[in-house]
Amino acid sequence: MGIKLTYAAFDKALKRLAEKYLVIGPVRQAGKGTYSDTDLIGYGEISSADALVLSQKSNFSPKEYIFPLRETLFNFNDNQLSVPQNDIREVIIFLRPCDINGIKRLDTIFLSNGGTEDFYYKRIRQKVKFFMIECREGFDSCFCVSMDSNKTDNYSCAFRFNEKEILVDVRDAAFKDAFGNGQEMPFQPEFVEENHIKVEMPPLKSLSDKGIFENPVWQEYTSRCIACGRCNVSCITCSCFTMYDVKSEECANSGCRIRVWASCHIDGFTDMAGGHSFRKKKGERMRFKTMHKINDFHRRFGFHMCVGCGRCDDVCPEYISFSKCISKLNDIIAKDIDE
Amino acid sequence: MNNNSYISYPLEIIEIVSHTEIDRTFRLNSNMNLKSGQFLEISIPCFGEAPISVSDFGNGWLELTIRKVGRLTETIFELKVGDKIYARGPYGNGFDVSLLKNANLIIVAGGTGIAPVKSLISYFCVNRSSISGFDIVLGFKNPDSVLFKREIENWNRYAQVMLTVDHGTCNWKGLTGFVTKFIDEFRLHPGKTKAIIVGPPIMIKLSALGLVKLGVAEEDIYLSFERRMSCGIGKCGHCKIDNQYICVDGPVFTYNNAKRLLD
Repeated sequence: MGIKLTYAAFDKALKRLAEKYLVIGPVRQAGKGTYSDTDLIGYGEISSADALVLSQKSNFSPKEYIFPLRETLFNFNDNQLSVPQNDIREVIIFLRPCDINGIKRLDTIFLSNGGTEDFYYKRIRQKVKFFMIECREGFDSCFCVSMDSNKTDNYSCAFRFNEKEILVDVRDAAFKDAFGNGQEMPFQPEFVEENHIKVEMPPLKSLSDKGIFENPVWQEYTSRCIACGRCNVSCITCSCFTMYDVKSEECANSGCRIRVWASCHIDGFTDMAGGHSFRKKKGERMRFKTMHKINDFHRRFGFHMCVGCGRCDDVCPEYISFSKCISKLNDIIAKDIDE
Repeated sequence: MNNNSYISYPLEIIEIVSHTEIDRTFRLNSNMNLKSGQFLEISIPCFGEAPISVSDFGNGWLELTIRKVGRLTETIFELKVGDKIYARGPYGNGFDVSLLKNANLIIVAGGTGIAPVKSLISYFCVNRSSISGFDIVLGFKNPDSVLFKREIENWNRYAQVMLTVDHGTCNWKGLTGFVTKFIDEFRLHPGKTKAIIVGPPIMIKLSALGLVKLGVAEEDIYLSFERRMSCGIGKCGHCKIDNQYICVDGPVFTYNNAKRLLD
């Protein structure tokens, strides 16, 4: 069902939806950018179309609303365990197709890998509705088309924000009356068909070759990467976490067990009791991440983990480009085949 | 809360056996359905959680052999009989005893690597007739770090046990040298031999290579991996190697599969 709305009618609809839903989308956080006097585009609550940032890619993904950066698993009180109530409302997220496809990767890890559903992820995830922002051009560092993640029909509503009016495609019956008396008209969202950056994906089998693992290509990352983990934090598909116990300062026998996002680039990710650890070199960590994103995950689940949002390239302080890394691997493999 | 896999349950300590200054075995009350080689996520509220192998189990009890190496294990070492340790699990695939039937079984374990195979050794001591040959090679750093001395004496009645230390002392009358030295001296029937290797990564690798050199098929060699883990259920990502998660796909792998895992 297609609807044409004025901006005023859209804002009115948002206001009504906000009574039931937490409505979030890409918003400008003034002065929070990497450099002084720059803004950060992150995810936050929105109450009008004005607040939505559509002209820039968000630096962070909406991941934190489904898989919080820090989450309490349970509280301890005199050795009694209690799981915190989840009192969040249902959530509407305005997001682009790459991120919807990214959340499919999070679903795969949290809801199916190992045959167990993650209790905490599921209880938020089942409250989330996708409001897709139509994305017909992408941004400079995007390569979603190469990753086959430029399209999706997994949304409740999709929106085209024209200059004077907004077009909505409503797929989810729950929202059929959400936009009041807008004018009905046919509308189907379109998708990016070509990015500025194109990568050729190396064939899966070729990446599992020992020669690729031992190739000197990884050495550059050992000298360049500073293990800050920004690539992991900005990634819509990075799902790793570490669990910690935190003791209450006020009360001797109380505290909580939490989980916090973890990064395979940062020191300590593989540390074991007794001092043993793996992948000490930064290049080995880059290789581990790369293989997970474009090889291992696919061999396990049948599709690539990386969705080509390009955020890791945008945030890397050492100007490491993931799309370039994929291209370099592809060139090495193509050259090997030629020879 | 049954669908919340992160919840731990208190298990009462019924016995504590001290092996060395830093190694103890805690026997806990438990009715868990267990397999040799599986592990539990063990915790003390406020002090953290860690994956620990079940070193033995029986009707109504299980044992954990724990080395004091960090905050959680230091706290566990302060506990007494009657206190409680929190646990969730069991996790991991464990060893499939039926695959070892009628084999000439060789078990190679180094240091605390003895824990994941101890229940398997106990099982085959009781069910000795289900396998044809039984060799055990145990390696420890030095005479003071030898674990399960009493049990090892008992195993001698059922198996050919070689106990070796990396560095002997003047009072040490036993074998010295790495376990690999003794593997090289084995005379075995390659077709009938099945082997299990548990220990530090380098010991596993060299022992496996040694056995392959003697003609043991790669798919007849079982290894148990150790990695950092938080969740134990395939979510946290710490234990991933290649496209495998040690917690749910392992920790036991056959050598032909394990050697293909690029990390």
